[in-house]
Amino acid sequence: MYSIPGQVKAQAVAETTAAGGDNALAAARTVAEVLAHSHVEPVLQELDDALVGLAPVKARIRDIAALLVIDKLRLNLGLAAQAPSLHMCFTGNPGTGKTTVAMRMAEILHRLGYVRKGHMVAVTRDDLVGQYIGHTAPKTREVLKKAMGGVLFIDEAYYLYRPENERDYGQEAIEILLQVMENQRDDLVVILAGYKDRMDTFFQSNPGMSSRIAHHLDFPDYAVGELMQISQKMLGDQNYRFGQGAAKVFEEYLTLRIGQPHFANARSARNALERARLRQASRLFEDRDRVLTVDDLTTIEERDIRASRVFQQVKAQP
Amino acid sequence: MMTNPMGRLTQGQFSFLPDLTDAEMALQVEYGLGKGYAWSVEYTDDPHPRNTYWDMYGMPMFDLKDAAGVVMEVTGCRKAFPNHYIRLMAFDSTRGVESIAMSIIVNRPKNEPGFMLERQEVNGRSLRYTTRGYGADRPEGERG
Repeated sequence: MYSIPGQVKAQAVAETTAAGGDNALAAARTVAEVLAHSHVEPVLQELDDALVGLAPVKARIRDIAALLVIDKLRLNLGLAAQAPSLHMCFTGNPGTGKTTVAMRMAEILHRLGYVRKGHMVAVTRDDLVGQYIGHTAPKTREVLKKAMGGVLFIDEAYYLYRPENERDYGQEAIEILLQVMENQRDDLVVILAGYKDRMDTFFQSNPGMSSRIAHHLDFPDYAVGELMQISQKMLGDQNYRFGQGAAKVFEEYLTLRIGQPHFANARSARNALERARLRQASRLFEDRDRVLTVDDLTTIEERDIRASRVFQQVKAQP
Repeated sequence: MMTNPMGRLTQGQFSFLPDLTDAEMALQVEYGLGKGYAWSVEYTDDPHPRNTYWDMYGMPMFDLKDAAGVVMEVTGCRKAFPNHYIRLMAFDSTRGVESIAMSIIVNRPKNEPGFMLERQEVNGRSLRYTTRGYGADRPEGERG
């Protein structure tokens, strides 16, 4: 009538694992079969289409995807392979697409079955580090628990370590992070992001962190041509377009803007477009009685961009 | 007659079955997360049926996507209180429900003393019944 606890355990475990695995994927013997079951190809394609430039990053993501596919095939043939360490570090200047790529990465890893849920939790120092003794550990743990089954994206990760303050709680957060990164590799993937030089200092002072991160991806700055493509895409997404000559002026704008301080790549381009939209709006606003056509409402004119502060500064200089 | 020959506490779900393995527990947690429940871990060494509120091990876990976080918390609690009762509870925050939807015992002390039925004779032949844990007369931490 009653069964003894523990007696049925082994059988139950075998059943749950068999039910959990995807049978079709387990029978795959070719790369194409794995790809067909994991739908990773469309994500890679999307990554290629949606993101301009970033050639080294895309190449590395392909490599990682390839490794995961081959690992799956090896596993199907019973070749034991240790679960690859997929923790990554994204370095690059602001606006180079680190967050966007991280989101795509979560999706790719999910489709390959390396993270179970494929969501991304983006945090900064404030979400991990507490304000008083004993506050940090539960806070970090809570974030880690939320990120499990997906990707934990730590933006500006170098802020976690503050060498100038010996008693800074950031160190505690790093230790908990390291512990989970090592022990629960298949539960979550950690992606650190930040500026190149500051991340380098961060890794120098935290060798444990550096050695647990297998993939260091450097995001290059965009060239003007790439920024133009990105801008066109952004405008298109919001149902705007450049009017006569406006594209050329915007290119001129970007060339000037790159040389100025606080240039943040795609983010600066987006902000410039936002301001152009504002100017377009107030230009149309002036004409109270005009009937506005679709063309009027969607076109960013040359003068909307020409009015930018950047051009005026150049004029003032000589 | 023995009412509970296995000498096991039977509260919550699956308590007449052998203990859930971690994999089975994760599946239950996954089910609860799918329903939008918030899991929490509680422990006690006084499992009297009227002891509704056990001690919380950490905060209830809202906004989780995966069972791994809950399993991690249970593992931590087992390490801290290996000889206590530990239960997992799922809170359903749906308006109008707002109560515990699932409750599973995930850890038991090595020997479970169980409960006795105390009979008190009052007013002639009348009886008053009380349930009392065999371990309850010992101080906290020594009951298991």
